[in-house]
Amino acid sequence: MSIASQPGNAEAPKGLLARAWDSDVGYSFRTSPVAIAAAVVTIVIILATTFAGFITPQNPFDAATLNLMDGFTPPGEAGAGSGMKFSLGADSQGRDMYSAILYGSRVSLLIGTASVIFSLLLGVTLGLVAGYIGGQIEALIMRIADIQLSFPAILVALLVFGIARGLIHPSLHEQMTFIVMTVAIGLSNWAQYARTVRASTLVEKRKEYVDAARVIGLRAFPVMIKHVLPNVAGPVLVIATINLALAVLEEATLSFLGVGMPPTQPSLGTLIRVGQQFLFSGEWWILLFPSAALVIIALSINLFGDWLRDALNPRLR
Amino acid sequence: MSVAITQARNDVAGAGALVKADHLTCVFDVSRPWLERTLAGASKQVLTAVADLSFEIARRETFALVGESGSGKSTVARMVVGLIEPTAGAVTIDGISMSDPRLGAAREKLRRRIQMIFQDPFASLNPRWRVDRIIAEPIRAFGIASDHAVVGARVGDLLKLVRLDPADGRKYPHEFSGGQRQRIAIARALSADPEFIVCDEPTSALDVSVQAQILNLMRDLQDRLGLTYLFISHNLAVVRHMATRIGVMYLGRLVEVAPARNIFDTPRHPYTRMLLDAVPDLEMAGRQRKPVDGEIPNPIAPPSGCAFHPRCPFANERCRSELPQLAPSGPAAVACHAVEEGRI
Amino acid sequence: MTEPLLSVQNLRVEFPTRRGILTAVDDVSFDIQPGEVLGVVGESGAGKSLTGAAIIGLLDPPGRIAGGEVRLKGERIDNLPPDALRRIRGRRIGMVFQDPLTSLNPLFRIGEQLIETIQLHSGMNAAQARDRAVSLLVDVGIPAAERRIGAYPHQFSGGMRQRVVLALALAANPELIIADEPTTALDVSVQAQIIALMKRLCREHHVAIMLITHDMGVIAETADRVAVMYAGRIAEIGPVRDVIKHAQHPYTQGLMGSIPTLTADAERLTQIPGSMPRLTAIPAGCAFNPRCPHVFHHCRVVRPELLPAERSLAACWLHDAKARVSA
Repeated sequence: MSIASQPGNAEAPKGLLARAWDSDVGYSFRTSPVAIAAAVVTIVIILATTFAGFITPQNPFDAATLNLMDGFTPPGEAGAGSGMKFSLGADSQGRDMYSAILYGSRVSLLIGTASVIFSLLLGVTLGLVAGYIGGQIEALIMRIADIQLSFPAILVALLVFGIARGLIHPSLHEQMTFIVMTVAIGLSNWAQYARTVRASTLVEKRKEYVDAARVIGLRAFPVMIKHVLPNVAGPVLVIATINLALAVLEEATLSFLGVGMPPTQPSLGTLIRVGQQFLFSGEWWILLFPSAALVIIALSINLFGDWLRDALNPRLR
Repeated sequence: MSVAITQARNDVAGAGALVKADHLTCVFDVSRPWLERTLAGASKQVLTAVADLSFEIARRETFALVGESGSGKSTVARMVVGLIEPTAGAVTIDGISMSDPRLGAAREKLRRRIQMIFQDPFASLNPRWRVDRIIAEPIRAFGIASDHAVVGARVGDLLKLVRLDPADGRKYPHEFSGGQRQRIAIARALSADPEFIVCDEPTSALDVSVQAQILNLMRDLQDRLGLTYLFISHNLAVVRHMATRIGVMYLGRLVEVAPARNIFDTPRHPYTRMLLDAVPDLEMAGRQRKPVDGEIPNPIAPPSGCAFHPRCPFANERCRSELPQLAPSGPAAVACHAVEEGRI
Repeated sequence: MTEPLLSVQNLRVEFPTRRGILTAVDDVSFDIQPGEVLGVVGESGAGKSLTGAAIIGLLDPPGRIAGGEVRLKGERIDNLPPDALRRIRGRRIGMVFQDPLTSLNPLFRIGEQLIETIQLHSGMNAAQARDRAVSLLVDVGIPAAERRIGAYPHQFSGGMRQRVVLALALAANPELIIADEPTTALDVSVQAQIIALMKRLCREHHVAIMLITHDMGVIAETADRVAVMYAGRIAEIGPVRDVIKHAQHPYTQGLMGSIPTLTADAERLTQIPGSMPRLTAIPAGCAFNPRCPHVFHHCRVVRPELLPAERSLAACWLHDAKARVSA
């Protein structure tokens, strides 16, 4: 039993935003407190990290602004050296934790987003080609994807990292870390996109609108991009959202293990690694707050992705 | 418009067939993947969807191909428009072969003159495109016009031609009913001004009252624009309403080809008779009918000789071993030993 | 007049959605006598499948029965708890769906499915149930039934599978079978076989059939009486010969005129302008009034009940002399 909208009559077509708000997905969003909360938190985090320079009292990674005497200031108190109020405390070097977290989150999110875009582009392209062209190419791509999926993502990322380290001149290591991280995490995650897109492509290419495009003589590439891609992109959005949380966590793990972002340009993972040393000596805030920030970021993105997946799933409605 | 007038028009139509199919064959490899096959020790399997099919369609005529599932009629449709390459044989349109690789440029121009209307109105329109873009695609693809306003005007005219509102162009396909979508598909098919349209079961997925609207529309358009149709269907009553000549297919082969009137008044081939007999009697004339036993055999392992012999009440030894060829029998052509031998 | 086997009175099926409550079946009433074949015909969206689903208690939520009664041999079945309804399903009412491919579980042999159903509803032991299963398969025309009882569904062709589904429906000796588009997915030659089979089984086992379909031809061949549905309501109901040859409701007349046949002159087909209204926009008064060639004022205001019209009943004010006068 389907309840489709009105057949063609003199009703003016609405704009994109109005249609989105009015649609089933928009309705699902409006009525789901979890989705709204997750979206709000995510947006706040993104805005806060983007404009970190304006809302933090100091840039914690500019050595000139630090005062060693501020080190180990507990949360809420003023520093012994500079007198500045450290709302979340200061670490061993006198860095404000609040500022450090914001700057660190920015790095984490940047790497996370960049790697998601990388794996998305790679995975969707390969999945589309595999699904549409089929034959040996499909078999090859899918076997590589299968093999890769049998390894944990962290191992793949470590492997790529190791290879990169070997290939790149040591003096360039620190500058290249960002790119290497992006590629490493991106390469560890492309397979799910490829699989999903291939499955959707197999379904769509049998549909008659693809035949209609071929009848007028369109070649494979234009048909794939103009006709098939818009119709297989839906699930990709869901995967990308959930993947973002995973990428952030993966980056944190790599940094925690010591192979990620260096302490001079740390991400949340690096901060956690650094903070770990001080846990049992009483300066708990150096570990707790970055960890809490990581959890909040990953959780809100994940919850939003979960809601999106359910909202876009026609069977659950 | 009665069949008589349509046939008369057919007589004065241009000489020479517009579409010629010559010994069309299409064989699919349906073997299991190589690894599985080798491990299981199984051999390759082929499915002969269409075998040695030949027919001609004159200008402005409607030639119908009728058959049940497994008859291969959809495969024929796809070969005629060039979606599938024939394994053997050729399709020639206005003298130009669809499969001749040398005629590259001419073949592109040929594509413009052929279009196709599909069975499923829900799958034949891209759900993410607006209707005006869908209809304009052939216009743009063939380079007929590129100016935004010119294309827009033409799309509006086409929508009016299929009795829809030009303002509907801004909507998406899901906002329309099945019948309306099929009209949009017809508008798309007409946008590049084709001469020949292949219709693959265009009304099978529609309600009966909507079907009537679409069939009437298609006939009107044919008269107005001088179109030639290849009409594929499993529904004999619909075909009777649309076709000038009819070809009956069974398991990939033509078993009878005749003018529409002859097929319905004096069917020759036993399968044609059985098909006609199987159509439910809406007139409630209470005719006694005995449905024929059996079902379409598996096309991967067809029966020997005449594929219909396991179900045929007139089969003899020759039918079981020798494949019958299409032979003229009055105004019709029939592939049946019993007809040839004068037994029925 | 014997007590009807199935009596549906004022049945209403609703779907609460965020856009409001949609009434998919609106005040539908009919009876089925023991052993008769009632055809329920209509185009897509008319509500015929939902009527069948509601009777047997298989409505998908959020759809629900919002009013009316369904009585089987006098006892109400629409308000039974799910357990009791499940016992009636299969035992007293059998169902045949459109797609034989999905009606049978592909993982089990057909013999197992048959025997399971037989034992569930009759308490026979395994050997007895097997014998009955074989005899049922023979009855529905499966060749070499003794051997084929061990086959899987995918090893049968479409027509054979539908025969197996019929055997399953008959396994517990029901009094009524609800068949929802049983021949739509089949080739026309197989369709003829299945129609003949259903008629024979109906006679031999004295089981009534509620045949839901959009195909008027199938109804003409199989049914004793037919109900024509439009926009969730019954437009016309009567003996099949009368409804087909002397339709009393303008919709039925338009419908019959738009069906291409083998014998009528190949003139232009009658077409009814417009299309069936969506559930969200059913017109006031008679649901057919915007498309009706004989519409007058009363039609747009008051919804017609089923009125006597020659030998049938038609929901049309043309058959009420008083309403016509006031037009």
